Amino acid sequence: MNRGIVVRVCMGPAGIAAGGKEVLDAFQKSLSEAGIPAEVKEHCSSHQVGCLGLCARDVLVEVHMNGEKATYQYVKPDMAGRIVREHIIGGAAVQEWLTDSDYEQFYSKQFKIVLSDCGKFDPEDIDAYIAAGGYEPTREVLTTWLPDDVTDEIKASGIRGRGGAGFPTGLKWELARRSKSDQKYIICNADEGDPGAFMDRAVIEGNPHSVIEGMLIAAFAIGSHKGYVYIRAEYPLAVKRLRIALKQAYDRRFLGEDIFNTNFRFDIQIKLGAGAFVCGEETALIASIEGQRGMPRPKPPFPVYSGLWQKPTVINNVETLANIPYIIRKGAGWYASFGTERSKGTKVFALTGKIKNTGLIEVPMGISLREIIYDIGGGIEGGRPLKAVQTGGPSGGCIPSKLLDLDVDYESLARAGSIVGSGGMIVLDDSNCMVNMAKYFVQFTQSESCGKCVPCRVGTKRLLEILERITRGEGKEDDLDLLEKLSNGIKATSLCGLGQTAPNPVLSTLKYFREEYVAHIKEKKCPAKVCKELLEYFIIEELCKGCGACLKACPSKAITGEKKKPHTINPDLCIRCGACFEACKFRSVGRE
Amino acid sequence: MINKFEIILSDHLKNGGNIISLLQDTQEAFGYIPREAIDFFSREMDIAPSRFYGVATFYSQFRLKPVGQNKIVACCGTACHVKGAEKIINGLTRELALPEGEDTTQDGKFTLEKVACLGTCSFAPVVLINGTAYGKTGTDALLKAIRKLGKSK
Repeated sequence: MNRGIVVRVCMGPAGIAAGGKEVLDAFQKSLSEAGIPAEVKEHCSSHQVGCLGLCARDVLVEVHMNGEKATYQYVKPDMAGRIVREHIIGGAAVQEWLTDSDYEQFYSKQFKIVLSDCGKFDPEDIDAYIAAGGYEPTREVLTTWLPDDVTDEIKASGIRGRGGAGFPTGLKWELARRSKSDQKYIICNADEGDPGAFMDRAVIEGNPHSVIEGMLIAAFAIGSHKGYVYIRAEYPLAVKRLRIALKQAYDRRFLGEDIFNTNFRFDIQIKLGAGAFVCGEETALIASIEGQRGMPRPKPPFPVYSGLWQKPTVINNVETLANIPYIIRKGAGWYASFGTERSKGTKVFALTGKIKNTGLIEVPMGISLREIIYDIGGGIEGGRPLKAVQTGGPSGGCIPSKLLDLDVDYESLARAGSIVGSGGMIVLDDSNCMVNMAKYFVQFTQSESCGKCVPCRVGTKRLLEILERITRGEGKEDDLDLLEKLSNGIKATSLCGLGQTAPNPVLSTLKYFREEYVAHIKEKKCPAKVCKELLEYFIIEELCKGCGACLKACPSKAITGEKKKPHTINPDLCIRCGACFEACKFRSVGRE
Repeated sequence: MINKFEIILSDHLKNGGNIISLLQDTQEAFGYIPREAIDFFSREMDIAPSRFYGVATFYSQFRLKPVGQNKIVACCGTACHVKGAEKIINGLTRELALPEGEDTTQDGKFTLEKVACLGTCSFAPVVLINGTAYGKTGTDALLKAIRKLGKSK
């Protein structure tokens, strides 16, 4: 191990976006030039997970030497030389580039199960996974357990589906186990379609073998020999790492025939999703794997009785499956000791939006929203006031700041009009318009509606039209009642989960932020100054220096004026793009 | 072209279950799904062209028109939305002077695609230009990069 010096460079999606590859290259170059016997390797796509996780500070680089770890933040390629010279050769860390004390705070309230191994080793190295105890749970289950033992253990752990609906995983497996059939299927749902969520991406990129192991154990429990991973084509790195992991698992005979010298066999195939949010719905996902348009069908029959090719099928989310080996390893009782009465274990959230520490977090169920936002997240970006937290993506709702002490678990969030969902958590401040947010989500669900059932196809379209009307300043007094009535109708009568939850963003914003809707309708004002049709831009003469910056920035030639004299905006030509507002250094562009 | 279609088809079993992966491979090779490809597969597999069109128009990944030389992908995920993605997209649309309802410039130089989420939410708003990510970005930096590309061939 070459004196045990290891430099770990965060190379997940955010790490790569921040230039992780270049940083890694720079370290490799510096190290080879200096002739240092160090092991520079990709630090698993761990940036969003495991020890790295704090994406906002990417590129994060860990230097492990002499049994000590130092973490550098915001690393750029040109910093590599000095870190190698002073830290690795000289033995003294470059203090000003190290992470500060609140970096530790980001981790102190978290508890990692699914993400516990992510980031500790290279996800493309199966030996590292095995060395950390990997595939041992599968060996134990396959060689010494009965299928019923597995379903009992998973039921006892209390884990519920992490994809959003929260159905008890053990029960699902038991139902599929009891279904009589010559063929059964396991599907791993990695079609993470929620905008603003990247938990599954992180798990697959950071620790793909844990997902494979979860599938193996599930397959043994229900008696399946064939599994599919349905994964988004938009996640090329996750697909690549999964392919590598599958090949390695086949090479070691963890997949295929006679696994662990038992007569159990199991194959896994990758199916690439082609971009359809509705495919997160089980029956739509099945249709997609069968090569059809991803349209749902009525349930029952549920997939555990009749799913893929009409055979019993268990569909589990990535995070659910990745939990399984850890539950087997440490026991159901251990897992159930985390969380609340009815929501056990931990949950991974993608913390984003107007928050300081954006990144991926794993917390025990039942933690308060306040702890997540202020202790882990470090508070609101720029010190602005918190307005709401959006959870559950397009199927979820907005939780207002006054409910900040709410426990985060399935039941409490549902009571507040939102859902845990797959784990997107988007923080909104006072510069976000709640009517606009509702419009944004309905726009999304409307365009993703498959069109099969009328309430969803037509209903969401009408919802969107009303919201557009309101944000244009053409709302009518009775629009709010209409929105509510329509929303409740869509919820009650849609065929699948997409339609049944699509009105949630509207209903929750109406419940908590009704006054914003009223301001749009009655006063024709957008309090957050977001809805551009309701804004008017003007120049504050006393402040204008006549520098011409706004004039240059204006794409519609709406601004006129002589140099060094106050300019003016022609409201008829103004397209309200806000370019002048941003261009002005003297804050002389106002908007109302 | 037919030759290429044959090669793509030879990697797949000729059944309806493989339509999606067949179309994915076709798009990978051509950047879009040419009409001729659908006609060819339909004949060879004895499956009605409507099945192919049905799938191709259902999933947002597929496009039936050629893609521009330079591909700009703007993320419209929630995190990007709250950080001003709409403003950026409007700015890009104006700069590229995209015809109404089209995503590719008339000279075929640029395509502007909007995607639901790239999963790099901590860098919102995110735009990819030919695969390079521009994170936490304003319109200006993007316009600079695009104008540079516009001048090169």
